[in-house]
Amino acid sequence: MSARRGAEGVLIPEDSGISTLPRLDMPLSVPPADLTVVRRRAPWPWVLAAVAVAALGAFLYGMATNPALDWSETATYLFRPEVLKGLWVTIQLSVISTAAGIIIGLVIALWRMSTNRVLKTLALVYIALFRSVPVLVQLLIWGNIGLIIRNVSLGIPFTDIRFFSIPTNELVGPFTAAVLGLALAESAYIAEVIRAGILSVDAGQLEAASALGMTRGRTMRRIVLPQALRVMIPPLGNQFVTLIKGTSLVSVIAGGDLLTQVVNISATSYRVIEMLTVAVFWYLIIVSLATIGQYFLERRLSRGVKR
Amino acid sequence: MNATTISPRTASTETPLVEAIGVRKRFGHHEVLRGVDLTVRRGEVVCLIGPSGSGKTTLLRTLNHLETIEHGMIRIDGRLIGYRQERDRLHELAPREVCRRRERIGVVFQHFNLFPHMTALQNIIEAPVGVRRMPRKDALEEARRLLERVGLADKAGSYPSQLSGGQQQRVAIARALAMHPDLMLFDEPTSALDPELVGEVLAVMRDLADSGMTMIVVTHEIAFAQQVADRVVFMADGVIVESGPPEQVIGNPQNQRTREFLQAVL
Repeated sequence: MSARRGAEGVLIPEDSGISTLPRLDMPLSVPPADLTVVRRRAPWPWVLAAVAVAALGAFLYGMATNPALDWSETATYLFRPEVLKGLWVTIQLSVISTAAGIIIGLVIALWRMSTNRVLKTLALVYIALFRSVPVLVQLLIWGNIGLIIRNVSLGIPFTDIRFFSIPTNELVGPFTAAVLGLALAESAYIAEVIRAGILSVDAGQLEAASALGMTRGRTMRRIVLPQALRVMIPPLGNQFVTLIKGTSLVSVIAGGDLLTQVVNISATSYRVIEMLTVAVFWYLIIVSLATIGQYFLERRLSRGVKR
Repeated sequence: MNATTISPRTASTETPLVEAIGVRKRFGHHEVLRGVDLTVRRGEVVCLIGPSGSGKTTLLRTLNHLETIEHGMIRIDGRLIGYRQERDRLHELAPREVCRRRERIGVVFQHFNLFPHMTALQNIIEAPVGVRRMPRKDALEEARRLLERVGLADKAGSYPSQLSGGQQQRVAIARALAMHPDLMLFDEPTSALDPELVGEVLAVMRDLADSGMTMIVVTHEIAFAQQVADRVVFMADGVIVESGPPEQVIGNPQNQRTREFLQAVL
C-alpha cells in the first residue's frame, strides 16, 4: 500500500480519501504558523467593469452631443406649471392608490386565510379577476363606467325607492376613475404580499399570544402584523415603484398625470423627445426618493432582528 | 423571593385547581391521549416525565385549550376550560371566551416565543396593559419588579435577539407571571437551551415553586423533578403509567416502563 506524508508528518495512506487534499510539495523556509495566505485574484470582474464603464461613457457622450436632443430646451420645460401639476397628480395617484390598495388588500388577505369557505372563495375570485385583466383595460373600463352604470343611487333594492341618485359621470371623474382602476388592481397583488407576510410569522407567536389571553384581532394587530410588515416591505416597495410608473397608464383616460401633461405639451411644441426626457427625469426622482424611503422604513422595522 | 411567604400549599384543599378527567385526543389516526386523569391541588408542583411521543406535552397544552380534546373534560379552578356544558355535551367556546378563561394560566414554551419586535419590558407589559387593561405605569413598575425577580433587571431594554436562550426563557417566565396566574404550565422549558444555561432557568422555577405557585412542568430534567416536584407523573403511550412522590416514582419505580425509561435517561 502506498502512502505519503501529510502536513504534520503523519503518514496518510493513498486510499484514505484524504489524498485529494493539496499537499505541501516543497520544503518550507518558515514555520507553518508564519505562512502568508494570499487571496485568489479574479481578473475577469475588472475587465468586465472596464468594458461596461467605457460603454456607458460612450453612450452618455453620444447623448450629450446628439444634435437631435436639445438639452437646454429640455431644462426649460422641467419646472413648467403644467409639468409640476402632472407630477403632483402622479404622486397623489401613487400614494392614494397604494394606501387604498393596502387597506383592501389586507381585508382580501384575511378573507383568503379565513376558515370561512365563502369568504375564502370570494377572495380567490377577487384576486384572480383583478390580476388577470390588464391594468390598462381596467382603467379604460373605469374611465367609461358611466356607460355601464348611468346613475349611482342609494335606495332599497328591488323597489323604486331612492334616497338620492347622482349621474355616475359626475361622481367618477378621470381622477377617481384612475384611483379606482389602480387601487383595485394593486389590492389584488398586495393581498398576496400581505398573506405571505402573515404566513412568515412563526406559529409559536400565535400560541404565546393566545396563552396570554390575547384575542385574535389583538394578536393580529400587536404581534403578527408588526412582524409580517418587516417581511412585506421589500415586495411592497417593489409594488409601490411599479405603481408609480403604472400611473402613466392613466394618460389613456386623460388622468392629468405627469405623462398626460408632457404628451399634451409635446403635441403643441413638437418637442417629443425633450418632453419624454422631462418625464424620465421626474420618474427617476420620485422612484429614487421612494427607494430611499423604503431603506429607512426597513431599518426602522428590523428592530430586534439579528442578521 | 422572600422566604416568609406563607405557602398556600396547606390552604384550601377542598377544590383541586386542575381536574382532567378521561381526556382523549387524537391527531389523525393516532390517539395521543387515551383517557388521562390528572388532579393537581393548589400549590402543588407536578412534573410530567416520559418518553417523547408519550403525550405529556399534548396533555399540558390541552390544559389551557391550546389543543382541543375529543372526550373527557378539563376544569381549572372548577371552571371548564375551552368548553361550556349543555347537558351531556361540551360545546367549544368562542375564541374570545376561551381567551378570558385562560388569562390566569401562564404558559412557558420550549422555544420561549418572546415577541421579537418588542423589548423584554414591552414583552412583559403587553398582556397586562392590552388584555387586563392595567394602567401602563403600574404594569411597567411590576414588569421591572418581575425582571429583577428573574435576575434580569438590567435587560429591560434588550430585544430577545440580544439575549441568551436562558435569559429569553427567564423573560418568558416573567411575562407569564405578569398576568398573575393561578397556574403555570411549563412545556420542556430547558430543552432548547445550551447545557450551561439550563441551571439559571431551573433556579427561577425552583424559586417560583418555593413561593407556592401551582406548577405543571413537562421536563427531561429528572434531577429537577426529584428535588422540586411534589409529585412526578410518568406517562407513556398516551396514558399515565405511574404517579406519586418523586422518592417513589423516580427513587423506587413500580412499573416496568418507568424503570426502563429512567434507566435510559439517568
